[in-house]
Amino acid sequence: MLRTVLTATALAALALAIFGPITNLLLWAFTETWYFPAKLPQSYGFSFWERVFRPQGNAMASLWNSLLIAALTVLVSLAVAVPAGLALGRGRLPWRMAFLFLFLLPQAFPSISVHMNIARIFYGLGLNGTFAGVVLVHAMQGMVFSVWIASAAFAAVDPALEEAAANLGARRWTVFRTVSLPLALPGLIASAIFVFLSSLDEFTGTFFVGVPDITTLPLLMYNAAMEGNYQIASITALILLVPSIAFMLVIERFLKADVLARIG
Amino acid sequence: MISRKASLLLIAPALALMAALFLYPLGFSLVSAFRQEDGGGWGAGNFLRAWQFYSADIVFSLVIVGLSTLLVAFLAAAIAGYLTLGENRWCLAVLRWLYRWPLFIPFVVAAQLMRTFLAKNGMMNNALVELGLLTPFTTHSYLDWRGIVITFVWKQTPFVALLLAGAMAALDRSTIEAARNLGASRLRLLWDVVLPQVRPSFGTGLILSFVTMMSVLSVPMMINAQTPTLLTVDMAWRINAYGDYGLANALGLIAYAMTGLVAWFYLRQGLKENR
Repeated sequence: MLRTVLTATALAALALAIFGPITNLLLWAFTETWYFPAKLPQSYGFSFWERVFRPQGNAMASLWNSLLIAALTVLVSLAVAVPAGLALGRGRLPWRMAFLFLFLLPQAFPSISVHMNIARIFYGLGLNGTFAGVVLVHAMQGMVFSVWIASAAFAAVDPALEEAAANLGARRWTVFRTVSLPLALPGLIASAIFVFLSSLDEFTGTFFVGVPDITTLPLLMYNAAMEGNYQIASITALILLVPSIAFMLVIERFLKADVLARIG
Repeated sequence: MISRKASLLLIAPALALMAALFLYPLGFSLVSAFRQEDGGGWGAGNFLRAWQFYSADIVFSLVIVGLSTLLVAFLAAAIAGYLTLGENRWCLAVLRWLYRWPLFIPFVVAAQLMRTFLAKNGMMNNALVELGLLTPFTTHSYLDWRGIVITFVWKQTPFVALLLAGAMAALDRSTIEAARNLGASRLRLLWDVVLPQVRPSFGTGLILSFVTMMSVLSVPMMINAQTPTLLTVDMAWRINAYGDYGLANALGLIAYAMTGLVAWFYLRQGLKENR
């Protein structure tokens, strides 16, 4: 009995620690006025939402920037990661482990130092403050997810199915298109979602490479927070929270155990 | 099977991207760190200046990130351990649903959450005042080093716990049952039977967390902008205010060295035990 009470207390403390900050953010997002020493907002309303979602406002522009950059990042990542995953998961590739290790490196080093030097190199190429520059930085940062998950997804496809199709006279491209690709698709979708989310949330790379012209949602949120505008910052944070939490709730549907087990 | 030549061709675009956007800038940072400022040749001048200006921040970063990693390790082991050894089905279901919430919440958002929650008149202090544990005059803002640690732990614990719970779920249950039949308590089971078997996953998760925390810029900028602060803030400041790439890259290299050192300790420990 005592044990159950203790466990329940620990769970309640954990719930408070996790949801307390989120609740505080929700309150701020719907606050009109909230002055010290009031414990709760004095009045609630949507006037800040109107300011954020005003069609010509900064926030809508950053939202579209963020979505466009994330979508382009997914395209670039998949365009290079699907062939790479095929080679790593299916090919007779020399130095396979070395290649896999290479794609892990951006996550194994503190990325900030690489980001600031990319910004310096991009400055010389005229890529700073352009969509192309930001997309390239995000794609590099997402390589470990896209390549590792794609190679695991292709490795999990049963070779007997591909051989059967080939024996029935299908050409190599047809086998890939009708057998390997559909079977690897759930894993590829998972990697696409990973890359999309990591691009949507990326801060440091955009902070260095995006200036002065590209403002994404995380940067907008940062600026609003530093200016002390808690409502705008909280609403922007809320927009960023929704996809993160949605993904957390569905991740197991896409990343099946058999794919996870083959990572690495 | 795809032939050797075709495989290399397929992986070539990905390699080109990595070479241009990771290896080249990485090399660039190494060269720039050892390049003397006043145009003259190679040397350790940038590192001397880095230590002169930022020695407090170097130590601060190591302590803050190290402390956060320890707390993450403790909490993640507790959560994953309960998920593996717990018996109350109701508590298990609640915990499984609960612990993952911060998993994909970006660091910028986590920082903003904590800025409102931990402030002097934030929700945490308000709740403590309502409960009668504090008065409005004895509240403190937690937006200093404690805020950074709390944000890091809040954000990184679910990631390590998820890895750890996955590794524990894949364990052979018979060792656990055997120890349990011999009368081992759950704490002993976790410490002596379960954790030693999942060491590789645990270590990897903690090192990845350490590296992530070493490279986060938004959290220290938003929660604790005064000195001492984390190295990432110093690097950004050095570049945006002075265009001083030499010193910024020297600091970057020091951050690499710290993560390298941690990874090395972990690997050496692993090798010792395998001998």
